Amino acid sequence: MNMIVLMKQTFDTEEKIALENNDIREDGVEFIINPYDEYAIEEALKIREEQGGEVTVITVGPDRSESALRTALAMGADKAVLIDDEGLAGDEYGTAKIIAAAIQGREYDLILAGNMSIDNGSGQIGPRVAELLQIPQITTITKLDIQNGKAVAERDVEGNIEVIEAPLPLLVTAQQGLNEPRYPSLPNIMKAKKKPLERLTIADLSLQEDEVQSKSTVTNRYLPQKKAACRMIEGGAAEQVKELVNILESEVKGM
Amino acid sequence: MDFRFSEDIEILRKAVREFVQTEVEKVAMEIEENDEIPEHIVEMSKEMGLFGLSIPEEYGGLGLDMVGKCAIYEELGKTHNGFTTLIGAHTGIGSVGIVELGTEEQKRKYLPKMATGEWIGAFALTEPSAGSNAANLKTTAVKKGDRYIINGSKHYITNAVCGQIFTVMAVTDPSKGAKGITSFIVEKDFPGFKVGAVERKMGLRGSHSAELFFDDMEVPVENVLGEEGNGYVNALKILANGRAGLAARNLGSCEKLLEHCMDYALQRVQFGKPIFEQQAVQHMLAEISMEIEVLRAMTYRTAWMTDQGMRVVKEAAIAKLYGSEVYNRVADLAVQIHGGIGYMRDYPIERYYRDARITKIYEGTSQIQKNIIAAELKREFSK
Repeated sequence: MNMIVLMKQTFDTEEKIALENNDIREDGVEFIINPYDEYAIEEALKIREEQGGEVTVITVGPDRSESALRTALAMGADKAVLIDDEGLAGDEYGTAKIIAAAIQGREYDLILAGNMSIDNGSGQIGPRVAELLQIPQITTITKLDIQNGKAVAERDVEGNIEVIEAPLPLLVTAQQGLNEPRYPSLPNIMKAKKKPLERLTIADLSLQEDEVQSKSTVTNRYLPQKKAACRMIEGGAAEQVKELVNILESEVKGM
Repeated sequence: MDFRFSEDIEILRKAVREFVQTEVEKVAMEIEENDEIPEHIVEMSKEMGLFGLSIPEEYGGLGLDMVGKCAIYEELGKTHNGFTTLIGAHTGIGSVGIVELGTEEQKRKYLPKMATGEWIGAFALTEPSAGSNAANLKTTAVKKGDRYIINGSKHYITNAVCGQIFTVMAVTDPSKGAKGITSFIVEKDFPGFKVGAVERKMGLRGSHSAELFFDDMEVPVENVLGEEGNGYVNALKILANGRAGLAARNLGSCEKLLEHCMDYALQRVQFGKPIFEQQAVQHMLAEISMEIEVLRAMTYRTAWMTDQGMRVVKEAAIAKLYGSEVYNRVADLAVQIHGGIGYMRDYPIERYYRDARITKIYEGTSQIQKNIIAAELKREFSK
């Protein structure tokens, strides 16, 4: 089983977002592997542990993305590919094209991706790549079984579970609940430095800049309105209830 | 001058931080309540390789230098100190003796299993009559053919209950005082070895200290650690080696307390505004911040000097002394900033306050550190 995992480095979920000249400020920010992509990586590693094969992680991003790839290698991935997007104002259209070009010519049975990135949240990359590669896809899976060249996946639908069968090669996107991603062990982090990391540009993929140019434009960015400060009510249970009722009566409209 | 960590260390540190903050912090209150570190946390720590911090790579460990170790200790200090102590005592005094003084056979026999955490290490020096006066040991070791027969007892031994490998100091020649002490590698399963009562402590719950009893315990001669008669010097070396690490653990705990204090001060409203807006509170926070930054500088400079092979006897003593004093001052201020809630057991502040207290006592009291500093001063100025 050769597997390719599409991943992205995103802001740490704990980070505060700050804007500067209509752009999101990145200095001093902690970056992590997009949490949904972590499920994808973990699933690939689990399948490899059972069935053998190789796991390659691919990202399109700036230079700093290398640390996310290294973390994936430390978790256990075998190889990494970093496609430099310096100077490209890519959107999902362009990024998917780059990824598909990078995958073409590689041997794979399964492609795994996160169901969406927690920064842009579009959820388009996985489906677009599957379309470009003309392979079947199952999105937002919570369970995956691979046997005899066939995949059986489960996904949550409106409180029920949908079971889908598909042939390989296949692309799946991971939903929360698929697994519990492992922590990279410290010795594996050290070993990850020696694992192969391939650096590519779009020129290496025989793509022209205008082929991957963004189809959308961001016209404005703004932060959501601040919520009112949280107030703690103190005292014993009885006092707290009384105080809460007072607040609801006097301050909340429509009571 | 470059005050940045290498990229490797940053990545390791981040991994440990994430593990500590998501997994260990989640069970911190449970550890406190049950006086027990949940088994899955110990297992995950083993899988992460935390038990191999100070063990060289060729024996299955990480082979980190002192700066690297301190960076990890700092992260480990940011959670329940009982957990920190389990790892700290093992990777510090519990194993560095074998790393630094062990023969090739000893290292090959013990270190790989200590690196994975399968065997947990402990350091057994303290006795009822030998605390700060560490040379006043009563435990004896008498050579008999190819073994030593050890009799006596130890107390306050950290990791005694979960420990498998003990570095034990015993008197081999009572006529020579401090120079008549020898260190031994003792396995829990040696006949005549017994773990006694678990001590009931003020803090560090989840980390268990106990008495050890040696009743005609037989130790093969190949388990002598270092040379016969060098045990006291060895013990001092092992303790000295750990001092910057202790400072780093304290640094981490102080940083965690500052985080708690800032969160609380910014959201707790009194007199119509967050208490952070009160200058009296701001000054306490500024003081905490200052203490932390000074401790950080001291800790990593000492660690860096250690890695350069420089003499750090004075610096390590200062870092240990300053780190534990700062931790106590910061914990006290943290309780003050939190007020009533800081005194409550439903909140972690009082736990740090109790856990801080031992740092001025264990691995050489603050007063012993001052003796060491003064002795170094005399040495420097008597040239």
